[in-house]
Amino acid sequence: MTTSAMALPARDVDTTTSAPPKDGSTRGGQNKAGWIFATPFLVLYLAFLIGPVLIGIVISLFNTTTVQSGLGSFVGLSNYADVLTSGDFWASMWHSVLFTLLTAPLLVLLPLVFAILASRMARAQWFYRLAFFAPYVVPSSAVCLIFAFMYTPETGLITNAFGWVGLTAPDFFGSTSGAWFAVVLLTVWWTFGFNFILYTAAIQEISEEVYEAAAIDGAGPWQQIKAITVPLLRPTMSLVLILTVLASLKVFDQIFILLAGGPNYSTRPVIQYIYDTGFTSYRGGYAAAATMVYFVTLVLVSVVWLLARRRFNTNPANA
Amino acid sequence: MATTETAPAAPKGRAAAQDRSDGGTKAFNRLAATCVTLFALIWLVPFLWALITSLRPNEEIAANPTTPWSDNWNFDAYSYAWNSSPMGWWYVNSFIISTLAVIFAVVVCSMVAFALVNLNFRGKYVVFAVILAGLMLPTEALVLPQFMEFRALNLLGTYWAVILPGVALPVAVFVFHSFIKAIPDSLIEAARLDGASWARIYYQVVMPLCRPAISAVAILTFITSWNAFLWPLLVLTQTKSQTIPVGLQGLIGGAAIQYAETMASAVLGILPLLAVFLILQRQIAQGVANTGIK
Repeated sequence: MTTSAMALPARDVDTTTSAPPKDGSTRGGQNKAGWIFATPFLVLYLAFLIGPVLIGIVISLFNTTTVQSGLGSFVGLSNYADVLTSGDFWASMWHSVLFTLLTAPLLVLLPLVFAILASRMARAQWFYRLAFFAPYVVPSSAVCLIFAFMYTPETGLITNAFGWVGLTAPDFFGSTSGAWFAVVLLTVWWTFGFNFILYTAAIQEISEEVYEAAAIDGAGPWQQIKAITVPLLRPTMSLVLILTVLASLKVFDQIFILLAGGPNYSTRPVIQYIYDTGFTSYRGGYAAAATMVYFVTLVLVSVVWLLARRRFNTNPANA
Repeated sequence: MATTETAPAAPKGRAAAQDRSDGGTKAFNRLAATCVTLFALIWLVPFLWALITSLRPNEEIAANPTTPWSDNWNFDAYSYAWNSSPMGWWYVNSFIISTLAVIFAVVVCSMVAFALVNLNFRGKYVVFAVILAGLMLPTEALVLPQFMEFRALNLLGTYWAVILPGVALPVAVFVFHSFIKAIPDSLIEAARLDGASWARIYYQVVMPLCRPAISAVAILTFITSWNAFLWPLLVLTQTKSQTIPVGLQGLIGGAAIQYAETMASAVLGILPLLAVFLILQRQIAQGVANTGIK
């Protein structure tokens, strides 16, 4: 904010000297034009991004029901007290966190490994991009249809694949651990490509000469990867990590479609908890309070990451 | 990429292999190639499996579930899947919604980015800060208050309810912002001296120069909008007005023995975007890279 306050006068001086000194309408004209160009975005932004935040805060203070319009009666912070003491709410928060803990390491590291290996190939780059990224453009429900079929007990392809290597497949729909396995495998297959593309783009930015110099110095491929590629990819890894964590904390589609949060709510993520309380039990005010708690958690994660990155970036050791 | 460069700048790893064509490097590269290729082939299995299953008769699938071969390939499941659900409507709805979302997002986000870069208006830095803060708002978490808002506006069940929340995208503003900032000031000034209005500068000078940004934002908005699930599920309650992802979801847990029909529906649900992806592979990858890194 301080920088912007200082930059403002400087920019003004700049325009008045370099722009055509028409008739003083330039500044006023720019002011008007600027607001005309900014208004469509700002209206939609305030109405549908900021609006829901404010509405959520208001509703969370009333015992609103979702079935009829109107706010209901003012209940103060009691919805929040109910949410924060609800075992079901915390269980669903934990499921979203657990999902993140299970998928994020795989989704940060596996694409890194395969992007590095694929970048050593001279040709067929398009093939890897196709194979890995194509799942990302598939709608979640189509992914779930296909995987539900492959997870079918006894006849499914994945169930049988366990048998081929001498293992017994877990009960993908009936047991909690089996259900987590099913959802994690599906998610890795579905979203792997996005991170793969981010890494591939970053690897292409690394200058050829660095590798040539290293090769002349006698560094083998493994040493090149360890001493050049991975350290230079660290900023990308941090970006991929935060994007993956934020996306995973917002998980809903796969768990809802494939398992309906089951068996017995043991995988239900927090968005589904809000969905169930708000749209199935119609407890709008309560669900809004849960929404706000969850919303603040997500914002905090982003803020912590931003602060950590700023700290990291001001460190001169980071190139 | 590499082919356009001069000879010594051969692709990564290859240069090293030529300089020191010792066995170690070659063996490593061959091993890497095998690993990645194997992994990529595994990645294609779900697609192929859905396709194969959709073309086999159900009795055969029940008898030999894991055989990737059929004595009687046929398209019956597709005609059944198409006729038993309003798939045509879902295509139309998805297409209209995604297209309108793309048009609105590109126009609205590029306009504000243009104003932020080229116009000095009062409150500009506040606007900038507000949009920057928007990058951190997890809007997907806000479906419940959003639902209440659209009910109050009487827009539930309409295309608008699905389109409007996905138009003002802070990420898209920053993609445009970085592109427009790279346009030389002299171009804009020359246009000003010629007496062009700001509106003309926007659509005749600036927009043609940020085509890569337009395609990145358009492609990513289209994919996101096409694949959106929870919000359309809440808002579009009538079967005929649903989008493809919401409609397909209703087929899960349906008749368990209609394997071929279910997989045919999945394939039909995948096809449109996969076709777009196959045609625009490069641009999509580029778009993801640009948006993600900035």
